[in-house]
Amino acid sequence: MSTTTTKDHVDHVDHVELRSGAYADSVTLLQVSRAVQATPGVVAAQVAMATGLNLEVLEAMGFAVPPASGNDMVVALRLDADADVAQALQAVDTALTPTRPTTGDTTEAPPRTTGSALRRTGPGGAVALVSVPGASATVEAMDALESGHDVMVFSDNVPLAEEVALKTYASSRGALVMGPDCGTAVIDGVGLGFANTVRPGRIGLVAASGTGCQQLLALLHHAGEHLAAQGTDGVGVRHALGVGGRDLSAAVGGLATREALRRLDADPDVDLVVVVSKPPAPEVAEALARDTDALATPVELGLLGRGQRDLTAVAEAVLARLGHDAPDWPVQGADESAAATGPLLRGLFVGGTLCDESMLLATEALGPVRSNIPLSDDLALDPGELIADTHTFVDFGDDALTQGRAHPMIDPTLRNEQISRAAADPSTGVILLDLVLGHGAEPDPASLLAPAIEAARAERPIPVVVSLVGTDLDPQGLSAQRDALVAAGAEVHLSNASATRRALDLLSNFEGKAS
Amino acid sequence: MSTPTVVTCGADMFADAVAGQAVDVQRVDWRPPMPGTEADLATVATDPRRVEANRTAVEAMLGVTAHLVDVAPASEVLGLEQGQFLHAGPPIEWERASGPLRGALMGGAALEGLVDDPEDAVALFESGSSVSLEPCHHRSAVGPMAGVVTPSMWMWVLEDRATGRRTYCSLNEGLGKVLRYGAYNDEVLTRLRWMGDVLGPLLQAAVRGTPEATDVTGILTQMLQMGDEAHNRNRAGTLMLLRDLSPAMVTSAEEGGFHSSDVADVLRFVGGNDHFFLNLAMPACKLALDAGRDVPGSTMVVAMARNGTDFGIQVSGTGDEWFTGPAQVAEGLFLGDFGPDDANPDIGDSAITETAGIGGFAMATAPAIVRLVGGSVPDALATTRRMHEITLAENPRWTVPVLEFQGTPTGIDVTKVCRTGILPQINTGMAGAVAGVGQVGAGLVTPPAEIFPKALAALAARSAQAEVEAGRSL
Repeated sequence: MSTTTTKDHVDHVDHVELRSGAYADSVTLLQVSRAVQATPGVVAAQVAMATGLNLEVLEAMGFAVPPASGNDMVVALRLDADADVAQALQAVDTALTPTRPTTGDTTEAPPRTTGSALRRTGPGGAVALVSVPGASATVEAMDALESGHDVMVFSDNVPLAEEVALKTYASSRGALVMGPDCGTAVIDGVGLGFANTVRPGRIGLVAASGTGCQQLLALLHHAGEHLAAQGTDGVGVRHALGVGGRDLSAAVGGLATREALRRLDADPDVDLVVVVSKPPAPEVAEALARDTDALATPVELGLLGRGQRDLTAVAEAVLARLGHDAPDWPVQGADESAAATGPLLRGLFVGGTLCDESMLLATEALGPVRSNIPLSDDLALDPGELIADTHTFVDFGDDALTQGRAHPMIDPTLRNEQISRAAADPSTGVILLDLVLGHGAEPDPASLLAPAIEAARAERPIPVVVSLVGTDLDPQGLSAQRDALVAAGAEVHLSNASATRRALDLLSNFEGKAS
Repeated sequence: MSTPTVVTCGADMFADAVAGQAVDVQRVDWRPPMPGTEADLATVATDPRRVEANRTAVEAMLGVTAHLVDVAPASEVLGLEQGQFLHAGPPIEWERASGPLRGALMGGAALEGLVDDPEDAVALFESGSSVSLEPCHHRSAVGPMAGVVTPSMWMWVLEDRATGRRTYCSLNEGLGKVLRYGAYNDEVLTRLRWMGDVLGPLLQAAVRGTPEATDVTGILTQMLQMGDEAHNRNRAGTLMLLRDLSPAMVTSAEEGGFHSSDVADVLRFVGGNDHFFLNLAMPACKLALDAGRDVPGSTMVVAMARNGTDFGIQVSGTGDEWFTGPAQVAEGLFLGDFGPDDANPDIGDSAITETAGIGGFAMATAPAIVRLVGGSVPDALATTRRMHEITLAENPRWTVPVLEFQGTPTGIDVTKVCRTGILPQINTGMAGAVAGVGQVGAGLVTPPAEIFPKALAALAARSAQAEVEAGRSL
């Protein structure tokens, strides 16, 4: 080792030493130099192998370096005149001592895109469930389709053109797009999104309607339970494939419905297929009827619309096709003395299809009704208005009301406010509500709805009729939810059609009295 | 249909609900895309050409094998004439040129005899008469750091045997005070003249005298297994090149009128310069990426390059258009008593290595330099893994032993960068901000984020145009 310490400036001391046989790579030495530079009293530090380049750098810094070979390590320090050389060298030695993490962290960061996640799941069946904001949903969904997987797009607010593009691409590859705005799917008994837990059976559902699907799941589960108690199995849903509320529109043309039907037709464990939809485009409905005729598996069509069957009637037709009578659909909390407190019906829904179904039934009895999802454009509520001086139906799950807000099955605030407004309006005769259970929904939704019902009835004894859609296997527990609503003064139905008819009966009684 | 694995992207409660049913769930760590990109991302995602276009671009890129076929002056192989200067990065004029680029241009002017003193070249470039600047990329070439190429400089010539396409790069000068870092003193010019008089001609004789053209892509494969990431570390590659060229260099020296001392000088120069192979890695990467150019609908980045002022990218689906933003200053370690204030913003065409899936993208394979660019071996593994989030493919030839021989992440996808906000990781050298200083350090840098949304917008506009032309209506 060769060491020189020179006082070359008035207030600085240079210390240069060569360390033969010492070696560290250049990167380490750059780090060492930086660490030593941070030591108190050190003005400049360069620890480097004595290569030509480094010697030049040292020379440029003003260090006098003795003759050295590239295999020598040079430690060059410039210190304040009163600094401790030993302390600075200690800093060099410390910095040169390798420090290693005690454990090798090999944890992989989570995937950042759906495509990346699907690559990591490896070969084999996987389905993607996309629930990011609608503006970003298409991109994630395309990832799944590109890698040959099915996708369920829970997100709403996906532009129609993007839905068409997604489904056109999917049908060219035999992939299934469930959605967009698909709230519910059950694949081989596994629920995705807002899905009810059901006992498996041999029925396959295709649903262009989330809550319509859930209503059928709930009714068929109830019927199946009833039949199982009598020793008959197989009445239950194996798959429920949501295709999105626009799938049977003219623009989309049933692209996903067709793929879903193909899948269910090919499944040997499915004996009967049921299609349920919001009102479809007439030409699409016609084409669908032709397509279903060509399938080997029988298909029951439940397409909502004026003059068409309600969902409960569809469930009854399904049971009939399987050779069973429909059970009595349960009703709790019925009060024979109940009477409407005003002339108008206020339907406040979280389920779009349930709202549609009720409006169709109400229109038959009451004439035109206003809504944010109107049966015809002239019946639309004014923008921003959720109540009018006529019968009013509001779907709180509609895209316009969920922008930047969680779905009302998760956040009931908006509807609860509206229940209070409806109760304060003396013309309100009956309040008609729905409450939907299942995976993804609030863990105890009745605890949020029941106080709102109680408060409304405290204003005036308005009849409140609720369709409670769920099964006894749902995480929330059907009976506990029902009991809470009944205790708040509501009349609770499993069938939305039956709840709606009850509300209409109550209203007709009021009108009878009024006249 | 059977019970699937479920990948969830979005609300955690749905993932929880699925997990609650005892089904395997893989959760995506989704975050909003770069601001304002949603609509363009959807347009490009649903472009019916995209999937096939990207497959085409990737396969074309991966199909290229670069062979070293010649070494010759730029005047011969690029048709470069006196007064014509190539430089790294997207197009730039003297007025906006950074210190190191100016320094290299001044040195280049002196080397060509346009001025006696490099300082006199300032007036020449300010006048703009009889001189012109052009990106290396526009002439099928790549230049490290300032990337200045003048007619008399000798160039590596690489060829894709299948198509006959060629790419070019100058010879590496070593480290420290060198032209590409903006230094232009006598020592720099003397070295460059020696490279023109001895190194270039001897390498030409060696390359022409080597029976089997050196497979540069193959050397890259091997060096990645040997701890080089082929951007900041090229030690193994340099030695393998010497192994291939030395015999013919020795046998051809005599015929070419060289002294044995010239051969010794060349061997010493090359062997003592761990970065020598970088100038072969770069054109090999460009040769591969050029094969992926001009595929309509493809979102693959085919070039990333910096001129010391601007950082630019080119994308397969948008032709020769550059998308640029201000070059960043690298973070890293500094030579001597240089510090961050001394460093020039990012410069050089060498990010072509990252564009092709090595360099920063192959950090995991180069434990010897990980501390320069991130601190620890786990960080290096994480860097390479992170790059898989923004790339279209894995290179089956270029594999990383420590990652179970997974292929390096290859083919940067503009849409994935915009979706994830993850920027390409680039390993780089740092030039001094002042002309004439040379290298001040090395470290790591990323492109400016805004150039990816710019490129995406151009891709989206072309997608929309293609829709109209195809007569599709939605």
